[in-house]
Amino acid sequence: MAADGELLLRLRSGDERAFVSLVERYQEQMLRLAASFVPSRAVAEEVVQDTWLALLRGLDAFEGRSSLRTWLFRILVNQARTTGTREHRSVPVADPEPAVDPARFDTSGSWADPPEHWIEAVEGRVEAGKLADRIRELMDELPARQREVVILRDVEEMSSEEVCSVLAISHGNQRVLLHRGRSRLRQLFEDEFGGVR
Amino acid sequence: MRLLPRRDLVCRQAVELVTDYLEGALSRRARQLFEAHLAGCPHCTEYLAQMRETIRLAGRLEPEDLTPEQRDEFVELYRRWRSGQE
Repeated sequence: MAADGELLLRLRSGDERAFVSLVERYQEQMLRLAASFVPSRAVAEEVVQDTWLALLRGLDAFEGRSSLRTWLFRILVNQARTTGTREHRSVPVADPEPAVDPARFDTSGSWADPPEHWIEAVEGRVEAGKLADRIRELMDELPARQREVVILRDVEEMSSEEVCSVLAISHGNQRVLLHRGRSRLRQLFEDEFGGVR
Repeated sequence: MRLLPRRDLVCRQAVELVTDYLEGALSRRARQLFEAHLAGCPHCTEYLAQMRETIRLAGRLEPEDLTPEQRDEFVELYRRWRSGQE
């Protein structure tokens, strides 16, 4: 797979296949991310289309101070925030949200209801194609701001710096959202695949 | 940074440190407490393994291929932009 830097060069020289490759690489996660800011799938699709146009229009001005991917996702988030009606403040840490339901610990703080085993069950019980679909569905159950960080960090595999830059959030908030998102997702996996001993 | 107890961690505290641990963001002291807890607690060891598996499963998601219709749409978008219509 061509690196983003190479695609950028080809794009600047007018190679439309480079554009399609870039779309193929990022379209899906862009749609998922946009969908967490705006009220409908149709609006999310518009936001993503506008983002691609903004990328093309900005090609000559892009100075490469960030990676192409960071730039692209930052345009997307800006477009989505402008379009989105949902309240999207950048201070998410007000309410404490434990990683694990407090009822699962005894009064001394030790596990009373320990984690059920599920790691081995995942690959065995679900065929590969369906597993990916199910993981996507479970991820959609996360609260929007947690989902955004989990998508960027764990699906797109961005660094924490990149995520902070794309979402314009502090490192502290990034880490809290990541912790809550991953913890919730773990619980969803346990609910889905656990119980087999 | 969360306040840490003077002595050993309990499980309820340990699970809150997992992300900072995986991010390499714990202080030396907190990391030692966390690792000492894991060494004596199979449930929290399992929990950490499950958090790692959660990250691994998320990372396995690959972008789905565009349908031929979608490809055509984007080629079309690109050509409209090139010709100055967008």
